[in-house]
Amino acid sequence: MQNFTYVNATSIEQVPSLLGRSWDDAVVMAGGTDLLGEMKDFAAVPRRVVNLKSIEGLDYIRQDDAALSIGALTTLTDVLNHDAVSKDYTVLNQAVSVIASPQIRNMATLAGNILQRPRCWYYRSEDFPCLKKGGARCYAVGGVNTYHAIFGSGPSYIVHPSDAAPALMALGATVKIHGPRGGNEVVLDDFFTLPEMNIRRENILRPNEIVTELTIPKPEANSKGMYLKVRERDSIDFALVSLAAQMTVVNGTCERASLVFGGVAPVPWRAIEAERYLQGRRITESRAESAAEAAVEDAKPMPHNGYKVEIAKNLVRQAVMALAA
Amino acid sequence: MQQKMKKVKITIQEDGEPKEIEIEVPDTGEGGWGDVSKNRYVSKSHTRVDAVDKVTGRAKYTADIKLPGLLYGRILRSAHPRARINRIDATRAMALDGVKAVVLPGDDPAVFSRECRFAGQEIAAVAATTPEVAEDALHAIDVDYEVLPFVVDEDAARDPAAAQVHGDRANEGESRVGEQGDIAAGFAQADVTLEASYRCQVQSHIALETHGTVCQWEGDKLTVWASTQGVFSVRGELAGHFGIPETNVRVITEFMGGGFGAKFGARKEGVICALIAKKAGAPVKLMLTRKEEHLATGNRPSAVQHVKLGATKDGKLVAYERSNYGTPGVAGSANIPGAPYLYEIPNYRIEQTSVFTNAGPMAAQRAPGHPQAAFAMESMMDEMAEALGLDPVDIRQMNDPDEARRNMVAMGAEHIGWKTRRSAQPNTGNGRIKTGMGVGSCRWGGGGGRTQAECTINPDGSVEVKCGTQDIGTGTLTLVHMIAAEEFGLKTDEITVGIGDTNYPFSGGSGGSTTAASVSPAIKGTTMLAKLELFNKIAPRFGVEPGELVASDGNVFVSSDPSKSMTWQQATAQLGDEPIFFHGQWLPGYSDSGVPGVHFVEVSVDTETGLVKVDRVVAVHNSGLILNPLTWASQVNGGVLMGIGYGMYENRIMDPATGYMVNANLEDYRLMGSTDIPEIDILRYDEPERGVIGIGEPATIPTPGAIANAIYNACGARIREMPFTPDKVLSALAAVQEG
Ligand SMILES: Cc1cc2nc3c(=O)[nH]c(=O)nc-3n(C[C@H](O)[C@H](O)[C@H](O)COP(=O)(O)OP(=O)(O)OC[C@H]3O[C@@H](n4cnc5c(N)ncnc54)[C@H](O)[C@@H]3O)c2cc1C
Ligand code: SF4
Repeated sequence: MQNFTYVNATSIEQVPSLLGRSWDDAVVMAGGTDLLGEMKDFAAVPRRVVNLKSIEGLDYIRQDDAALSIGALTTLTDVLNHDAVSKDYTVLNQAVSVIASPQIRNMATLAGNILQRPRCWYYRSEDFPCLKKGGARCYAVGGVNTYHAIFGSGPSYIVHPSDAAPALMALGATVKIHGPRGGNEVVLDDFFTLPEMNIRRENILRPNEIVTELTIPKPEANSKGMYLKVRERDSIDFALVSLAAQMTVVNGTCERASLVFGGVAPVPWRAIEAERYLQGRRITESRAESAAEAAVEDAKPMPHNGYKVEIAKNLVRQAVMALAA
Repeated sequence: MQQKMKKVKITIQEDGEPKEIEIEVPDTGEGGWGDVSKNRYVSKSHTRVDAVDKVTGRAKYTADIKLPGLLYGRILRSAHPRARINRIDATRAMALDGVKAVVLPGDDPAVFSRECRFAGQEIAAVAATTPEVAEDALHAIDVDYEVLPFVVDEDAARDPAAAQVHGDRANEGESRVGEQGDIAAGFAQADVTLEASYRCQVQSHIALETHGTVCQWEGDKLTVWASTQGVFSVRGELAGHFGIPETNVRVITEFMGGGFGAKFGARKEGVICALIAKKAGAPVKLMLTRKEEHLATGNRPSAVQHVKLGATKDGKLVAYERSNYGTPGVAGSANIPGAPYLYEIPNYRIEQTSVFTNAGPMAAQRAPGHPQAAFAMESMMDEMAEALGLDPVDIRQMNDPDEARRNMVAMGAEHIGWKTRRSAQPNTGNGRIKTGMGVGSCRWGGGGGRTQAECTINPDGSVEVKCGTQDIGTGTLTLVHMIAAEEFGLKTDEITVGIGDTNYPFSGGSGGSTTAASVSPAIKGTTMLAKLELFNKIAPRFGVEPGELVASDGNVFVSSDPSKSMTWQQATAQLGDEPIFFHGQWLPGYSDSGVPGVHFVEVSVDTETGLVKVDRVVAVHNSGLILNPLTWASQVNGGVLMGIGYGMYENRIMDPATGYMVNANLEDYRLMGSTDIPEIDILRYDEPERGVIGIGEPATIPTPGAIANAIYNACGARIREMPFTPDKVLSALAAVQEG
């Protein structure tokens, strides 16, 4: 780990001034469960670390008729244990329940989870100065790419590692950002960015901005959600493929489907073709299969990760059938 | 009644030469240990005597040692899989505040080489006042490498055109051949001949405690706290390296967090720690990081086995041919057992080679070579059973020469409900989750020897037992307490025990499943003979022969008339002021070697995701006399889990393009975690009359093969390459569907 200075922030307004123009100047720390690992592996080498936990009042879950608002510093454990989340936001509850381990969920924050950096083993090892770290090549190309992306990639082939992000995106959540010029809010679909846009980062956040809140509109009364996650190891593992699904089905007909994959693309990956196909159709086994095929139609597997296509397809079929039941 | 005595032959060292002599010891009946059923300790479950110290953190491991002025050492390692160091400059490192010493290749050519043959090879070291400064110092050493061609893949390395790992010889070594009978004639007799290739990956050891030592010099005397499986081997290596007498080196291992075969001797990191402590003129602690563990401290070699097996139509195996190779990295051997594993086959030919690659060297790992051999053999047995329309259990029973193992297979089959297995037609259940059962077996040697011990009985009744073995986490310390307490009729907490120190009598390294079979006869013999000396002194007080005295429940009394009794303290008070002191050693007749083992497993396979879950394991093992059923069962549990880990998750992955290991951590190198652990039923096949036999290694051998067979039984996918990850399961399933 490189030496750094450590600052306790005291208010949201103060943070932008403590941050810098580049990610090497300063980064913020929430639970630290991702950041410290990154620093130990020299994937992050900030000169200053700004602690957000010293800011009062960023740890809350508020519910009203229209939405659920979750403060950036709310821990995953608190999200998991919240009644409204388990009652009305099943997909989020299920997603959070399969993140890491109880110990990590006790420390990790919801905002930190969607802002965590890629797990690509080349990125995480000091031995590989890859494109994402400002180097000259992507080692996943021509390397071992078993866990890399099948959608939306190039010139970097990372997968977005978060389980909460696909669930939040499936629910149509928005994120509140605070920067030097004040705050703004964007839907998650517009928050995450592909490598072709900015190979160094995975979202639109600038070095002197922070996330302050996530807002999730209340799902329609007759909509249901679920989160499916396939991981090699049951205890503590990132997804090979995961699927956040939220569907409104009335009398066997799908009125709306929101399907977002995790673990397959550099961003939480919305299966737009499958969503379009399902909308307005009566759900049958063969239509679920067609939706599944539509979901993976654009997949471009790498030499070692073709199996992800098969899993992704099967998860769509399973989720559509389960939510239509 | 005179004590019945018997004569036994033991080997002693005389003028440095082994010499066989005959001594007399009390005859305790069959198997040496006599009738253990009425024992208070030996053969009964006993919680570890240091359990509370361990879970409360009172137990001090090497990493916990603190000394005044202690420095922290770190090793700089080669940044390339193959390179020559042109120049190495530590000026910037030495200038850092807190850096106290640097050792460079020139300081000790016996430790460091300028020729780097794997990424992770030791090339220099630093000692500093904090671990953080030491890490900074590593980054401040400038190395000018001449980068050279390398090869990390064993298949690529076999190509004569590949880069040569050692420069002066081919990567693939001479073949070792084992043969019997006439294989051409054998295959001619066969009604069915099958051929297949099986692949096993490289496995890291992953002891919870990493390798490390603390070294402190006083003049030319060296004290070492080491995480080691053999305190005496560390002493010997360090004394040899620094040219000082062994008496100048003291090695201490009070508590130790596992080794699995990779912690014998001082090893490079231990020598480097002593070297830099000497240069710094201060004690140094050097604990390796998890990444260094993966790169440089040993591993289980890979194995690629091409197997051909011939059988008659009634299931008799008649011919076997195997050619296999594997990589030990830059050094060592990848050989696996050189005869057909487990089964009797009259005609066979085996040819095997080791292929050097630019990767960290192998080290012995829990049952070296056996899990690889068992995986291929047990998979092939099931493939043959299928081809012949036989039950996998039946074909084993037909060809297994070991009666005990045949009995154990029957026990396991009964327990798991083998009859309910969906036998002939895999993949017939409804739904995407399919379940199946499989079986795999093993054999192991074990056996004991090479241990001395001493026992002091003080006039106040306190008893001290010392033995220079070490408890590597298996419960050896508890065994010493139990055996001594049993002998003296005292409680385990009334015995003072010293182990893990070269100031105590010699004992060999803890490996090969030999520790219990080495240490327990030595403790038994030493305490038994010390007790006899006590009885010789006090028998006249009772007016009986020494052999008529018994020590039990804190008393000494006459066996035929228990009313003639003294408390233990009254008895030892008869010694006046001179304690009994007895130096003894391992005795024959209390241990044995050679054990079979059998695992049955049940798995479920999700045919849509390729995920395999091991639901249940029935492990049938035989250890002769089991001294402590609790710690014995711990070994079986641990062995089963490590076997599942090798079969299902663990895999050292080398990047062929750069020559680095990409998963040198515990995230991408997956160890099984708590929720992956299946139900494990342990069945004992007792043969107490054979004495003590080890268990650590056999318990890990059969699991991967049994899992592969269960996967096949569940879904019809035959997976011939470990670990059984979703990508392999899905592609095997796809192959089944294509027919
Ligand atoms: C062993 C292990 C297993 C894991 N398994 C999973 C898993 O299965 N699924 C999964 O989804 N995740 C998993 N994770 C990741 C874990 O969930 C994240 O580390 C955690 O959610 C991050 O939250 P944090 O509060 O600790 O963030 P930090 O580590 O503090 O920060 C993470 C990143 O986000 C930035 N950041 C944090 N908060 C803000 C903010 N408010 N505004 C702007 N930037 C911010 C930081 O600068 C940093 O770059 C695992 C992690 C570990 C260590
Ligand atoms: S996939 Fe991205 S993070 Fe991984 S090596 Fe390529 S550029 Fe780096």
